[in-house]
Amino acid sequence: MKKSLLLLSLGLFAVTQFAQAGDLTGVISLKGTPPAEKELSPIKDDPNCSVSYPGALPKTKFYVVDASGDLADVVVVLKGISAPSTGASAAPVVMDQKGCLYYPQILAVQTGQKIIVKNSDNCVHNVHTVPKANDSQNLVQMPGGADLTFTFAKPEPFLKFQCDVHPWMFAWVTVVDGPYFAVSGADGKFTIKNVPPGKYTLEATHRKLGTQTAEVEVKADGAAQNFTFEVK
Amino acid sequence: MNNKYHPALFWFAVLNAVATFLLIGLGGLVTSHEAGMSVPDWPTSYGYNMFALPIKFWTGGAFFEHTHRLLASVVGFLTTILAIWLWLKDSRKWMIWLGIAAFLGVIAQGILGGLRVKLQMDSLGIFHGAVAQTFLVLVCAIALFTSRWWQNSETEKQDSVPRGLRKHIFYVTILIFIQLLIAATMRHQHAGLAISDFPLAHGKIWPDASADAVVRYNAERVETYNVKPITAFQVELQMIHRLVAYTIFLGVAAAFFLARKKLGGRDALTKFAFFWLILLSLQIVLGAATIWKNKAADIATLHVMVGALALLTGALWWLVAARRTRLAV
Ligand SMILES: [Cu+2]
Repeated sequence: MKKSLLLLSLGLFAVTQFAQAGDLTGVISLKGTPPAEKELSPIKDDPNCSVSYPGALPKTKFYVVDASGDLADVVVVLKGISAPSTGASAAPVVMDQKGCLYYPQILAVQTGQKIIVKNSDNCVHNVHTVPKANDSQNLVQMPGGADLTFTFAKPEPFLKFQCDVHPWMFAWVTVVDGPYFAVSGADGKFTIKNVPPGKYTLEATHRKLGTQTAEVEVKADGAAQNFTFEVK
Repeated sequence: MNNKYHPALFWFAVLNAVATFLLIGLGGLVTSHEAGMSVPDWPTSYGYNMFALPIKFWTGGAFFEHTHRLLASVVGFLTTILAIWLWLKDSRKWMIWLGIAAFLGVIAQGILGGLRVKLQMDSLGIFHGAVAQTFLVLVCAIALFTSRWWQNSETEKQDSVPRGLRKHIFYVTILIFIQLLIAATMRHQHAGLAISDFPLAHGKIWPDASADAVVRYNAERVETYNVKPITAFQVELQMIHRLVAYTIFLGVAAAFFLARKKLGGRDALTKFAFFWLILLSLQIVLGAATIWKNKAADIATLHVMVGALALLTGALWWLVAARRTRLAV
C-alpha cells in the first residue's frame, strides 16, 4: 500500500512536471522581394511526368511566402537543451513522390527516425541521398514498388534527397539530435511542443536565407519568438 | 618495318574512333543532364541484364545513362576486335602493343564508369572523363597509323616541319589537355554554373569569392536542377578555365600563323591548323553560350565534344608533323 502510494505520488510529480512544459511558438516573416521562382521546364520533355500537368508546369519552391509575408519551410531548432533523441520510437515521416516532385520538399526528423518514401507515380524514380555527415544511399523505386525507408544516425542540416532520372526533383531533410524542433507552415507559424522551462537558444534556418538565432526563456506556459528574414 | 595497308582494318579503326567520339558525347550528355546516378546498380540496370532493360524504363536521365552504357559496350566490343585484328594483321610490334593498350584502356574505362556509380564518388567522374579523352586520342592515332598515308608516306617525298613549330603545337596540345582536366573538375562538382555571367564574372572583371559573396550567390540562385551549392573554389576554377581558354586561343592562332609562315598556305598542315583555329573560335562561343544559356545540356555537351576535337586535332597534327619530319631526313 505504502509502495503504491509512493508510485502514485511519483506519477503525479511526473505529470505536473510534464504539464509545466510549455509550447514554444512563433511566426516567421519575410521582408523584401525574393528572386522569382522558375518554371521546371524540363518536365515537358518527360511524358511520364508532364501527364500530371495538363495546364501550367510547376515552379521551384524556394521561397514559400504568402501575401502577408509569412514564410514557410523554415526549420526551427531549440539549442542548448539536453534531451536525447526519441527518433527510434517516434512516428515515421512520409515523403511522397507525386507528379515527379517530392512532398514535402523541406522536412525535419530526429536521428534514428524513419522516413518512408512512397512512389505515387507510374514511373521509375531513384531515391538518392547526398549527405555530408551521414552515409549516402541510392535506391531504385519502380512504379508500384514497395515503400523505401531511410534513417539517419547523425544530425545534419538540409541533407539532400534527389532523383537523377528527373534532375529537377530534390528535397531537403534536416536531421536533429533530439525532439525539440519544428518547420514553419504555410502561415509562417511553428510550434515546438512541451519544452521544459528554461533558457535556450532558438535557431531558425531557411534553405536560401541562412540562419537566425534568438535567446528565449520558456516559462511554464510556454514562450513566443518570431523571426524576420530579409532578402537583400 | 614495311607494313601492308589494309583498307578494311583502317576503316574499322575509323569506325571505332567515330563510335568513341559519339560515346564521349553521350557521356557528356549524362553529366550535363545530371543523370550519372539515375541507374543506381551496375553492371545490371534496374536489376535487369543491361541488354534486356525494357524500353519503358529508358526515361528521363536514365535514357542517357542507359544508352551511354550500351554504346560503351559497343565501343568495348569494337576495340577488342581491333586489338585482335592488329595482332593478326599488323607486322609492326608497337602497333600490337597499341592495340593491347586500347583494349586495356576500354576495360579500365568501363570499370571506372561502374565504380563511379557504385561508390557514388564524383571525383571518379573527373578521372573517367580524362581517360575518355586520352582513349579517343589513342584510337584516333591507331586509325592514323593504319592509314594509307602513314604506311605509304615512306615512298613519297616529305617536307619536314621545323622543330620550333612542332614544339609549339605540342605545348598547346598539352595545355588543352590540362584545360580538359580543369573542365572535367568543374563539371564533376555537380554545382551548375559557379559564375552565371560572361564576359564579366558576377558583375566584375574578377569576381568576389569571399565567404559572404558565395552565400549571396547561392541565395540569389534559383536552381531548377539538383545541383550542389557553389563554393569559392568553383568560382575561382571557372576564372582559371576562362584564362586558360584565352591562352589556348592565342596559342592556336599563333600556331596557324607560324605554320603559314614556315610551311606556306598550301600545306595540308597549315590548313589543318586553320581548322584548329576555327574549332577554338567555335569553342569559345560555345563556352560563352554555356553560361548565357544557364548550362543548357545540349550546349554544354557540344562544348565537351568540341573540346575533345580540339585536343585530337593538336595531337594528330603533331603526329603527322613528326612523321613527315622523320621521313624528310
Ligand atoms: Cu524521379
